[in-house]
Amino acid sequence: MALRAGDHSRVAMNGLKEKVLTLDTMNPCVRRVEYAVRGPIVLRALELEQELRQGVKKPFTEVVRANIGDAQAMGQKPITFLRQVLALCVHPDLLNSPDFPEDARRRAERILQACGGHSLGAYSVSSGIQLIREDAARYIERRDGGIPADPNNIFLSTGASDAIVTVLKLLVAGEGPTRTGVLIPIPQYPLYSAALAELDAVQVDYYLDEERAWALDVAELRRALCQARGHCCPRALCIINPGNPTGQVQARECIEAVIRFAFEERLFLMADEVYQDNVYAEGSRFHSFKKVLMEMGPPYATQQELASFHSVSKGYMGECGFRGGYVEVVNMDPAVQQQMQKLMSVRLCPPVPGQALLHTVVSPPTPSDPSFAQFQAERQAVLAELAAKAKLTEQVFNEAPGIRCNPVQGAMYAFPRVQLPPRAVQHAQELGLAPDMFFCMRLLEETGICVVPGSGFGQREGTYHFRMTILPPMEKLRPLLETLSQFHAKFTREYS
Amino acid sequence: MQRAAALVRRGCCPRTPGPWSRSQSSAAAEASAVLKVRPERSRRERILTLESMNPQVKAVEYAVRGPIVLKAGEIELELQRGIKKPFTEVIRANIGDAQAMGQQPITFLRQVMALCTYPNLLDSPSFPEDAKKRARRILQACGGNSLGSYSASQGVNCIREDVAAYITRRDGGVPADPDNIYLTTGASDGISTILKILVSGGGKSRTGVMIPIPQYPLYSAVISELDAIQVNYYLDEENCWALNVNELRRAVQEAKDHCDPKVLCIINPGNPTGQVQSRKCIEDVIHFAWEEKLFLLADEVYQDNVYSPDCRFHSFKKVLYEMGPEYSSNVELASFHSTSKGYMGECGYRGGYMEVINLHPEIKGQLVKLLSVRLCPPVSGQAAMDIVVNPPVPGEESFEQFHREKESVLGNLAKKAKLTEDLFNQVPGIHCNPLQGAMYAFPRIFIPSKAVEAAQAHKMAPDMFYCMKLLEETGICVVPGSGFGQREGTYHFRMTILPPVEKLKTVLQKVKDFHIKFLEKYA
Repeated sequence: MALRAGDHSRVAMNGLKEKVLTLDTMNPCVRRVEYAVRGPIVLRALELEQELRQGVKKPFTEVVRANIGDAQAMGQKPITFLRQVLALCVHPDLLNSPDFPEDARRRAERILQACGGHSLGAYSVSSGIQLIREDAARYIERRDGGIPADPNNIFLSTGASDAIVTVLKLLVAGEGPTRTGVLIPIPQYPLYSAALAELDAVQVDYYLDEERAWALDVAELRRALCQARGHCCPRALCIINPGNPTGQVQARECIEAVIRFAFEERLFLMADEVYQDNVYAEGSRFHSFKKVLMEMGPPYATQQELASFHSVSKGYMGECGFRGGYVEVVNMDPAVQQQMQKLMSVRLCPPVPGQALLHTVVSPPTPSDPSFAQFQAERQAVLAELAAKAKLTEQVFNEAPGIRCNPVQGAMYAFPRVQLPPRAVQHAQELGLAPDMFFCMRLLEETGICVVPGSGFGQREGTYHFRMTILPPMEKLRPLLETLSQFHAKFTREYS
Repeated sequence: MQRAAALVRRGCCPRTPGPWSRSQSSAAAEASAVLKVRPERSRRERILTLESMNPQVKAVEYAVRGPIVLKAGEIELELQRGIKKPFTEVIRANIGDAQAMGQQPITFLRQVMALCTYPNLLDSPSFPEDAKKRARRILQACGGNSLGSYSASQGVNCIREDVAAYITRRDGGVPADPDNIYLTTGASDGISTILKILVSGGGKSRTGVMIPIPQYPLYSAVISELDAIQVNYYLDEENCWALNVNELRRAVQEAKDHCDPKVLCIINPGNPTGQVQSRKCIEDVIHFAWEEKLFLLADEVYQDNVYSPDCRFHSFKKVLYEMGPEYSSNVELASFHSTSKGYMGECGYRGGYMEVINLHPEIKGQLVKLLSVRLCPPVSGQAAMDIVVNPPVPGEESFEQFHREKESVLGNLAKKAKLTEDLFNQVPGIHCNPLQGAMYAFPRIFIPSKAVEAAQAHKMAPDMFYCMKLLEETGICVVPGSGFGQREGTYHFRMTILPPVEKLKTVLQKVKDFHIKFLEKYA
């Protein structure tokens, strides 16, 4: 095809035309999005891994990816029963195989009956396979001591992240001073800030109290809310319990206080409870927002709008790659609930293998099932090991001068505070880096340990943290923690 | 009132002891029901209502799972409850879900997936060696050798390499770079992500996105959600739904008045129309995009579904490359594929990929960043995609069975495409263009003016009225043309060709009978 005469004017000096899609022409909201968990430090970690593979000499032999809450990537084994049921669903020929226990076969048949064409390959209803929604409702009822859950209020999703973004999307409206504001904890899991940036909503920070094991203080919620009202219309309050990155498990009184506050101030409550199975500390217990809300009775129980999220990625399952999850909505306007269903329908349905996995998570073997003993043993082993690693991490970090780690009551992370010498802070600023990013980059380059700087999660001005997972194998964990502590000591000396 | 007060007191007790029994919760419900009667204590307005919610989300429509499908669901429930109807089952001919309609999955694909899911099976003699080899390769590339780990946000590396190799083979050697491949949660996810990045500006400089009419309504839904400007270009029904560059030109010129047209979406093979674009047409489109500085989106999920012997699938990527460097170095293109269609029909796995060409490196960085917030696409879907692009080859143990199954599925679909086209064209008042590819018929239906009036009285689009009546009288669920877009004053519906052959014949007969009756009724 020949070029026409006038077209040459569009050709830039280097012979290439200017692109349609550039940083300047792209969606500005997307440009503002940041997600530290897979951000610059992880990109650098990837480069280092590549260099190692190419035989470049480093002060370490492997990069330790302690940046992401991915248990199986760090060697945790999947639960046998879960994978057996799923394999049977994937390849139903195996239903005739004696190598699979009878209860796994029964489960798989039940799931397949509920699938279109009896196959995981068919789309499901957009809110998820009805049977699995029913199982999730029963799980919630058992968990919450009998408080009823309605399957029609449960929407299966592509991991919890998907459902969280969907609910946020519904909430975002208005412009300028009436633009939706969403209260999020600082420190937070940066899905929230990323989603709010993408949706061009207003992020309203409330600070967790580091001095009191990252407790949530209603007075602080009130402060944040009042300040926000000047420039946006706060409509939602997000809680992460157990917390990420902080690991705190909220006390029941705190949850009640939050609910009362949300009700008084007319805030839609979002309760991110993906770590509900990861509670380690003596004296800490998981209380679901749903249960507490219902037990508070009217008007809270009948009027407070709540969305609670769960996932198959954490807990004892660690099935991150399957992208399974659900949201339970309480007291949602029925017309809005229909809108949510409509929005989900555009993407057709969540991955059906993830839905099948969720089924087995919410409907695990019971004591009379043949697979129960092994299932229970595996589950307990995973949780016990996580609890031990949580304790060890807290302990080793607190032995290091200049590192202070709050108790890891739950979840999968330590979020210790680190003292950084003023000269290091200055040097970082000269490099245009957040001081804790500078620290973490140096840590990575010298030890191969990849953690995420606190600036990626938010923290009080002038404080520095990093988030490290507690997931590396037990035998590697203590040496890692010690290496990290030694690095910090060295770093401190270097910049003193 | 005393009773109500007592119930409220009981329900409001913050230290309610023990398990919450059903009677207590119904007490709470009872209490609140009683309270509703007293206005000063009546339910206050919710925070999240139709009025306060995101208006862009409210504007979204997705007909494929829209009102008619909800109605079909209701009718199914009624049938289950034993309510008598003129039919015994609802036939879901609204959605392109082959396995839901009885198509069998490809054995080899499921074998590899089972091995990946439960690696103990690698020791089982019941699985062929070639399946085990692929499973091991996939697992080795996964964190912790497990499908349960998150992958890189762009997708598992070796799977992206396999996709690149597939594209290169498909396109007769035109090279594909794994770095330009992004695995996605179905093609819909990739399409939505690219559109998201593209949309910017405000008022008259708001991004305009050109889409075919009729279209697959994912496009209009995403455009609504993103508050971008939808720019319609009409496919030519008189010419087998061909794409006419003059029509593209008309559309873009008109659009420049009120938006900044930046994107041109093509669906080839077409959905709902089933047309397969000629090579010349694809070249014309590419030239047009180059001239008008448009980012090209090529939705090619039906690339394996080409039935007409006169038609061939030409990928936009290949044609672009073969048009020489002025085009191949400049035109920005994103091409999409999926595990949901073809001969695989693995809709539930949500597997897909996009190949991007000539994207600015900084944009690629932004793309990965955006994808990273959702961590990664389902790894089982990525594995399914791997088998699609890396199937058994001649000489491998599983090749014969694989090939047989694949040809059987595709042969069946081709047969049903022809059957559908022929049968519809025998019905007075129905005209169906050739089903050159994809999985749908999109026949034009004549709706008498009395029926149009009746529809308007019911506040429905005439073809929605028609489809609702069809559903209520025969149990057959199809999607009205108004859900996809059509020229003013014309009516259509989209029906899949997926029911098994014998059932399809019955369905087509029923539609024919219904249509004749409908014409008589509203004559």
